[in-house]
Formats: sequence, C-alpha cells, structure tokens
Amino acid sequence: MVGWISALDRKLLRDLLHMRGQGLAVGAIVACGVAIMVMALGAISSLELSRDTYYDRFRFADVFSNAKRAPERLANEIAEIDGVRTIETRISRLVTLDIEGMREPANAQLVSVPENGKPRLNGVLLYSGRFPDPSRPDEAVVSKAFVDAHGFTLGSHVRAIINGRARDLEIVGVGDSPEHVYMLGPSGLLPDEKRFAIFWLSRRALEAAFDLDGAFNSVSVSLSPGANSQRVIDSLDKLLEPYGTGGAYGAEDQLSNAFIESEMQQLASIAAIIPPIFLIVSAMLINAILARLIATERQQIGLLKAFGYDEWEIAWHYVKMALGMVIGGILVGFVLGVALARLMTNLYTDSFRFPDMIFRLDPSAFVIGGGAATLAAIFGAVGSARSAAKLAPAEAMSAAPPTVYGKGPVQRAFAHIHFDEPTRMILRHVTRWPVRAGVTVIGVAAAQALLVGTLFAFDSIDEMMEQHFHRTDAYDVAINFVEPTNIGAVREIERMPGVLSVQPNRDISIRVRHGQLDERVRLVGVEPDGRLRRLLDDQDKFLGVPDRGLAVSSQLAGMINVGRGDRVSLEVLEGERPTLDVSVTTIVNEAMGWPAFMDVDSLERALGESNVVSGVYAMIDPDREAVFSAAVLERPGIASVSLQRASIESFNDSMEENINIMMTIYALIGGAIAAAVVYNAARIGLTERGRELASLRVLGFSEGEVSYILIGELALLVFLALPLGGAMGMGLAYLVAISMATELFRVPITVAPSTHGLAASIVIVSSIAAALFVRQRVKSLDLIAVLKTRE
Amino acid sequence: MNVLTPAPASYADTDTGVLLSARGLTKVYDTGEVKVQALRGVDLDVRRGELLVMLGASGSGKSTLLNILGGLDRPTEGDVQFEGKSLTRRSDAGLTRYRRNHVGFIFQFYNLVPSLTARENVALVTEIARDPIPPEEALAMVGLSARLDHFPAELSGGEQQRVAVARAIAKRPALLFCDEPTGALDSKTGIQVLEALDHVNSELGATTVVITHNFGISEMSDRTIRLSDGRIVDVEEVGRAKKPADLSW
Repeated sequence: MVGWISALDRKLLRDLLHMRGQGLAVGAIVACGVAIMVMALGAISSLELSRDTYYDRFRFADVFSNAKRAPERLANEIAEIDGVRTIETRISRLVTLDIEGMREPANAQLVSVPENGKPRLNGVLLYSGRFPDPSRPDEAVVSKAFVDAHGFTLGSHVRAIINGRARDLEIVGVGDSPEHVYMLGPSGLLPDEKRFAIFWLSRRALEAAFDLDGAFNSVSVSLSPGANSQRVIDSLDKLLEPYGTGGAYGAEDQLSNAFIESEMQQLASIAAIIPPIFLIVSAMLINAILARLIATERQQIGLLKAFGYDEWEIAWHYVKMALGMVIGGILVGFVLGVALARLMTNLYTDSFRFPDMIFRLDPSAFVIGGGAATLAAIFGAVGSARSAAKLAPAEAMSAAPPTVYGKGPVQRAFAHIHFDEPTRMILRHVTRWPVRAGVTVIGVAAAQALLVGTLFAFDSIDEMMEQHFHRTDAYDVAINFVEPTNIGAVREIERMPGVLSVQPNRDISIRVRHGQLDERVRLVGVEPDGRLRRLLDDQDKFLGVPDRGLAVSSQLAGMINVGRGDRVSLEVLEGERPTLDVSVTTIVNEAMGWPAFMDVDSLERALGESNVVSGVYAMIDPDREAVFSAAVLERPGIASVSLQRASIESFNDSMEENINIMMTIYALIGGAIAAAVVYNAARIGLTERGRELASLRVLGFSEGEVSYILIGELALLVFLALPLGGAMGMGLAYLVAISMATELFRVPITVAPSTHGLAASIVIVSSIAAALFVRQRVKSLDLIAVLKTRE
Repeated sequence: MNVLTPAPASYADTDTGVLLSARGLTKVYDTGEVKVQALRGVDLDVRRGELLVMLGASGSGKSTLLNILGGLDRPTEGDVQFEGKSLTRRSDAGLTRYRRNHVGFIFQFYNLVPSLTARENVALVTEIARDPIPPEEALAMVGLSARLDHFPAELSGGEQQRVAVARAIAKRPALLFCDEPTGALDSKTGIQVLEALDHVNSELGATTVVITHNFGISEMSDRTIRLSDGRIVDVEEVGRAKKPADLSW
C-alpha cells in the first residue's frame, strides 16, 4: 500500500470517510443539479432526433398554405416558384363526428391522399391496414391515437357529418403523419385523442364530397436547399390570393411543429435555470465545510508546512477534498439523469405521437453537467484552500486563541430584552459568524425558492384555466361554420333544444404589421355587450370592447412591439383581402393564443359586409346537452363544435397524473436541498462547539438543553430563510415564467398562498428531520475528554 | 490504606459527616484489543466540607476516580453513594440531575463559553440552579467584580479560571471537583485561583476535591490521598498546614 497512494492522499480519503454525512449531503445536491441537466438535455436531443427522423422519412413540408378552392393547374405555377422543390396539393376539411356513446360531437380533420397512398409531402405512416380504395369513397385511414382511445379496429365504422350529410366511414387503415405529432383539435388546450382525429380519405372521395373536382384547398411545398422561405411564402400568397387563401406560413408556425419547438425551448430553459441553483448551493456548502475543516486541521496544516509541503500542495489537497465530495454526486447525477430522461421521453409518447420515440443521450449533457459541478466544487473550495495555504506554520501549530466575541449592533439593539444564556449563545454565534449563518439562510432559502419557483406552475395552470374558461371564454360551446354565413344561422342555433343564449362571432385571419414586424393572427369581432366572449385588461378586470380601433392581446403586443396609440396595418387574408389602417386602443390579457379583437360592427364596416358570422358561442342547459349535440350534428355547414366541459375534463384528466408525479419530484428535490443545508450546518456547529456543548453537559445541562443551543440556532436561521426564500421564489417564478413563455403560452405569474405554505412546510419538515438526525450525536458527546483536552 | 471492610447498608453516613463514599471501585477500559485497568478497587470516604487533594502521576487513576465521583462515568465494579444514595444505579438523566444540582466542576482549560461574558458564563449555570448565588456575587467572591462584562478572549488565563471557579460555586454545590485547576497557569496566577478555591470552600462549606500532580498544593488541604496504579497508596491528614499564599512550586 505504501507508495501506491501518498500519505497525504490517504489522509484525504480518511477525512472524506469521516465526513461522509456531509459529503453525501453535498453529493446529493450535486446529483440533483446534474440529473436535471442531463434529463433536460437528453429529452431535448431525444425529441430532436425523433422529430428529425420522422420528418425526414415522411417528408414533412417547409411551407403550408390553403385556399377556398384553387384549380389544380395552379400546382404547376406553384412548382415554378423559385426555391420550391416539391409540391403537394390536397383537400383538407374540418368536420364533426358523431360517435356512439359520446354525448358531445368530436372533430376530425379530413385530409386527402393520392391514389397510391403516398403523398409527395407529409406522408402517412400506415401502422396497419391499407390506404383507401379510390373507388370506395367511405374508406378512411384514421389516426392511431383516436382508434386506440375508442377501441376501434379495422372494419369499425365512424359517422362523420360531411357537408351536412351523415356518412359512415369505414376504418381500413391506422396511420399517423409528421404534420400531427402534437394533435390539437380546433379549440382544445391539450391533445384529446377521444375528441379529435385525422381521417385520410381518397382524393376522389373528398373532391366529390366538397365539390372540389379538379381543385384543391390545401397545399404544402418543400424548399430547395438555401431557398428563402419568406420569398416562397410571399409568392404563394400572390398566386393563391384570387382563390381565397388564408395566407401561407412556414414550418415554424405549423401548429404541431410549434408545440414540439416550444417543448424543447422550455426544456432548454429548465436546463439553464434550475441546475445552477443546485450548483451554487453545493459550492456554498463546500465552502462552509472546508472552512470548518481547515480550522480543525490548523495544527496539522502547520505541521505539514513545517515538514516542507508547499502552499500549492496544501491548497490542492483541499481542492481535491471538494472534488471528492462532488465526484460521487456527478456520477449518481448521470445515472439519475439518464433514468429521468427516459421517464420524460416516455411521458412524451402520451402527448407527442412519434412512431418511434427514439431515446438519445446528448454527450454534451455529461460534459456540461459534470464540468459545471466540478467548477462549482473548485469555486467553493478555492477560498478555504487559499487560506489554508497561506497559514504561517508557527502560528498554525500553536493553539488557536479563544474566539473573540463582542456585543455587536444586533445585541445592543436588543439590550433591553432579557435572553437566557443559551439563547444569548445562539444570537452571539449567529452574529459572530454572519457569513456562515448567511450561507445556511441562503441555502435553505434556495430550497424554498426552488419549491415556490416550480410548484407555482400549478397555480399558473389554475389561473389560466380560470381566466380562459370562466372569464374570457365563458360560453359552454363554440360552433364554427364551414364558411362565413348569414346571421340567420345564429338564430337557427338559438332555436335548437337546450340552447339558453347565443352570441355570434366573426373571426378572420389577418396579418398585422407594425414597422418591420408582422404576425399572422386571428382577428375576432366581438359584440360589445356580449357576455360569452369577453375581454380582460392587464389587471384582469372586465373591459368593454373598444368601439373603434384594435384591442391587441399582450403577447401579440410584445411580438410586434406595439403599445396603446400605435397605428398598425391589418392585411385581411380572406375575401376581398382589404388592408386596414387602425390604431391600437387597448391591450388585453388572454390566457391562450395571441389574438386581436375588434368591435364586430366596426369590423363588418371595414370588411364591407353585413350580418355575416363565422361562428356562434352558446350557453346550453347541461341537462340537455345530448339533445343539443344531436341537433347540432344534423345541421349542415358546421365545421366544428367544441364543448368547454369536455375540454376541461380532458385537460384535468391529462394534467392530474402529471401533476402528482411532478409535485413529488419537486418536493423531494426541494426537501433534499433544505435537509442537506441544515444537516451540514448542524454538523459544522457540532464539530465546532462539541467541546463547549460537552462542557455544558458536565455542568449539568441535559441533552435537550444542549440540543437547544445547536438546533435553536438552526431553527432561527430556517425561520429567517423562509420569507427570504418566498421572495426569491417569486423572483424565480418570474424568471421561469418569462423564459417558459413561448408564442403558444403565456405563463401567468400567480403564486397561491397555499403554494408558499406547501413550500415552507416541505422546508420545515426536511429541516426538522435533518436536525433530529444530528441531535442523535449530542448523545455521544465525550464528556470526559473535555476535562482534559485543550481545543 | 485500601482495607476492605464489610459494607454497611449505607456507608455514606450523613451523621458522621461523610458526603460521598466509594466502595470497591474498579474501572477497566476495554478497547477491544487491550484492556486497561484504571482503578483496582478503591474505597474512599469524602467528608462534608473538607478540602481533599488527590495526588498522583499521570496514569495513576486519579482522573478516572474523579470522573466516577463526579457522575461523568460509571465504575466497572463497585458503588458510589452520595448522601447515602447510590450513584452507580442512576440513569444518564439521573447523573445529569446529580451534576446539575449538587456538583461544581473546574476544568484544567477553563472551558468557558467564548460567546458569553464573565457574568453570562456564570448566569449560564445559575439559570438552571435551584438556589444560586447571583452571578455578580459569585464573581466578587473570586475577585472579579471589575471584569463582569468581559468576554473570555479579553481575560487572562488566571481570570478565566477564576470565572470558572465562580461559575462552579454559583449554584452552591455540595461538591466541587477541580481537575488540575492550576495546570495551565503559572504559579502566581495559580495561587490566585487556589486562594479563590480556599475562600469559597471555607465561605460556602462546599466539599472540594482537587486532583493534581503538584505536590505543593497538598499543603493547603485537610487531607491528601495518593494514587498509584489504580489504588490509593497513602492517606495523609494535612490539616491545612499552609495558606495558599504561602505555597510555592
């Protein structure tokens, strides 16, 4: 053994073994930080690879557009556009489904497939069965999630209301497409496999059904390498303009793709924000542990220097000790991170419909995670290592003089209060070592902040739900017509059984432009006194629809950088396609999406139309929902029907299991930090004051009284940490909300009092557990040694 | 000299002035590989109010004996009785109560709490005692009235040890155990501390046991016993031959 490992390294290993409790606490925190980083980066690379593989194999398009009815010959002209490589035209329509056993209608997107079943773009992956026979108009390939959710098999029939006529479609194949990895229905918040499906029918069948012989209403193109997608979008818009296009858009605006992107963005934010908190806390703990260790080993350090070890060797010795504490944590973090990344990718198979969720670990995750943790350890060690290296040998070998205490300003401030002596010891100790007390306070506060900054997400979701379902979109059902219709249709709906009240809406696709910035959005015309679709101001108070000008959602305002009073131009992407010049009169809060609003009469005037609606919001008698559904399915011209009740139920169903899993993970992680910080502080306190506490035991203090001095100090620090942690948690919540907000979601910063309470309870319970663990050691204080030994 | 006599039911007889009584004490430290016999059958009666010095070289067993008499440790065999009641059968909590209510300790290295002033170090004990002397009075008895609000780091070694004496006597202990109280001090400050001990012993009547390897100190005692190799080898009635001020070493 001798010679194989140096004596100093052997001391290192023994010291580490001796301090294993503290080493484990530091390691646990490092492991959490590294694991979260490996998890997030691993999930990103898995999503990326799964997406790219799928897109590549099934030819996901680069630019998408639509029209009311465009002649097929236009396809040649589109193919001529500079930068277009491949083009595929098709017919695509949203219809309602009437499913046996379901009270409310479901929706399906009908999409045409060519005769060979192989579109040049946006291919269909066939899991089983076959593509529809062009001579049989009622055969369909149906998206797998929907088939599975309803327990359908090949040969099952589903009733669809196509152009006002009920048709029984036969499932002849089960498939999926890269266009619908995230399968969101017309007004859903989350994918709802029971209520939304893609049906691929033969082109011939859809041409006949929608009277689109020799025409198409949907087109996608892929680009040649290096092509300018904006230029292709502009050319497409120009070509399709006469045929009623809603405007072309790139893959980044394609709904399913945007959701995948947004998920990856959020994971990247997690990787950037959360692990640093763990690493900073671990660096602080290492700093505190080493500072104490070096004080204890003062005489040994003097001895080593007297023997001729140089400053660098001494400093390196303590840096190695810090590395020794984190190395295990890094390795455990790797293993845990891989497991979590797997768990995460498995969870994704529920919401993202990849044919194969490919799991790939990003090697850089290990390099970044391991490297950051190593740096944190060095950073935490460097101060103490330096002071150890600088100790003068003669001074170091003599016993340390008694610590100088004084009555600081804090004590003088409380001079009139009579404290018992143990309490006085606590107060003096805290104020004598303010940095160390600060480390404990900040460490515990970080745990609390982390809990608040993660658990608040559930409050945000509640808030979003509340705002969306009960305040802005307070209707029970939203009905969209296939195309803009005369107001008479609203009256028809109003007379349907179960309908209590209605509110028409006019909803058009526009491009809003402000300076260099533009965005394609929905412009919703709202009735000023309507009670079913309302607007909220930035204080979330109800707001009347401005009688002139434009109300812009706060997300949109941010995207195109407008404020109240700015003028914007609106290119209407439907009908006559007029361009309007309006001023922004109001900024409104919307929980989801980034629409703009106008008074419905002003909108009609601007469009030069009257009494035209694109949909209806309605309140219905909940007891007569089924009768209403049956009636609405009978009526032709309806593209989609969405019931809020069904959306809420499906939303809650999908959230519930995730919430429980995530809550548990957050609670464990936050609790682990708090416990590790408190445990360390207690261990350091016990090492440092063991002699003092043992002397008190000799003088007749009971174990409980002595523990009070040790644990009372920690309780005081935890007590101080809670409000600080709450405030830091609000800051973290803000940071998380800002960085999580994507174009698809705004994350409201709402922290419920119960969330603060839950976070504080987790911190307190973990702290108590850690303190009790250390209290066990008070029993083993050596009462006899203190009589004889000098510290 | 270490003659075993048949033990009466209660040999720590309050009537005859015996406060603390030990019979047949042995102590073996078993470290697994080696067994060290620290005490080999000690019988001792400590009389009420006396100043007893225990002399012995290091390893003679005097500290082990003091630890057992002071309720910090238990003998391997034998029994100790305080005011006629056995200490050796007490629980840990019982021993804590014994120390808390009846015993004062003075350590070689003072063991003051550095974060508390002289007055507060004494108050630390008076706050948990049943009938204490006010800290100011206790410190006055050891001549430290002028240093009440100084922290240990601001006091000399002799002053720190006198604070320790004040802290030990402030609870009016029946017994005062001093383990090498002058061991860390020069002779001049050591004598100041011994004067303080002598003063409180006669003033408060606290039975005082001083262990030391310093022969000089034995001359201020009522009685001096010598330990060697875990046995009492000599008992001498000194009768306070000298005042502390007249001692020298």
